Amino acid sequence: MGIARTTYKVNPGLYCVGTPSEDSPVLVTANYKLSFDTLRFNLQGEDLWILVVDTRGINVWCAAGKGTFSADEIARQVKQANLDRIVTHRKLILPQLAAVGVASHELKRKCGFKAVYGPIRAQDLSEYMKRNNQADESMRSVTFSLGERLILTPVELVLTWKVVLSITLISLVSSGIVPGGYSLEALWGRGLFAIGATMAALLAGALVTPVLLPLIPGRQFWFKGALVGFLMGLAYQFLFLAEAHFPERLGILLWVTTASSYLAMNFTGATPYTSLSGVEQEMRKGLPFQMIGAGLSVVFWIAAPFLQ
Amino acid sequence: MKTFRYIDGAAVLRLDVEACIGCGICVTVCPHRIFELPNSRAEIVDYNACMECGACATNCPTEAIFVNSDDGCGCAALIIDRWISKVIGKPVSSCSC
Repeated sequence: MGIARTTYKVNPGLYCVGTPSEDSPVLVTANYKLSFDTLRFNLQGEDLWILVVDTRGINVWCAAGKGTFSADEIARQVKQANLDRIVTHRKLILPQLAAVGVASHELKRKCGFKAVYGPIRAQDLSEYMKRNNQADESMRSVTFSLGERLILTPVELVLTWKVVLSITLISLVSSGIVPGGYSLEALWGRGLFAIGATMAALLAGALVTPVLLPLIPGRQFWFKGALVGFLMGLAYQFLFLAEAHFPERLGILLWVTTASSYLAMNFTGATPYTSLSGVEQEMRKGLPFQMIGAGLSVVFWIAAPFLQ
Repeated sequence: MKTFRYIDGAAVLRLDVEACIGCGICVTVCPHRIFELPNSRAEIVDYNACMECGACATNCPTEAIFVNSDDGCGCAALIIDRWISKVIGKPVSSCSC
């Protein structure tokens, strides 16, 4: 969940699965412990070599994107492990997603080994090798299943908890401002509703939107998040603020809508199908909407006690 | 990934068919299966599915493919950091994902 994730590594170098010989295949992977363990788990019963390259504990795809999983790094590990003296063939099987960072045509020149791309998922590797290193279309396509979306949702919560905590404190303290001074009663009474609204936005933008992603209308994430946030905001009012007056309710509704919109927009970083150009394009619409909406929500919330 | 479609026309991806030697590595590496190799030359068959991962461009031996080269995974927070750093001239703190 991101906790101590930076220290979750394996030492780079050559590892065995089963009892490999000089003819056994060599697979290459990142030194993120989860990548390595998933690979080994899926290769039970095989005899082969695994060459772990130093990606500073980052998974294959992200490391390739950042340039740490590269032809240079593979060549370095090949030499360090003296791989040319351990196996007689000159072939490395790379995970397909490493292609983002590895220029495979340069590998041969750099270390004498030729690269071929295996399937995306470790679970398809045995089948791939059985078919004489042929992958079918499904092995070469990324997916974004419910399970895959669900395991990514806590990442965002871990990355944003500091912001959420400061917003919670600010909303609590500002809720105590009433005509003629400051009221601790309002701080608790109104403050809890404000905190609840932020929690509702988190639920809408960081959990419900990712989970229901393909079912929510629209393609742009700021829109999907705003839609779910709007409905969540309405439900929240109906449940907890049925007796509050209009400016207060409007402030809450705007807050849940816009905060959810932002959180959903940030989820683009975790999906395997959104282009950076596309995200920049939608942010030019999403950000102004979120900033104006959130600004108005704060104005309505603070002004509410003065308008009664 | 026919279930998930992003903004049409947004991705920056260009293929120079003249420079293509028909090796087919782009067909192999693309995680969204957007290339095909009819008549021994690469062709983009599903442009709008491109997520700009850059695998095709990195592996093309003749540099026949160009993809938006801004690196990064494209979360909004990182892009905002980048926009701000352009204005104030401070380097971007690296992304934590």
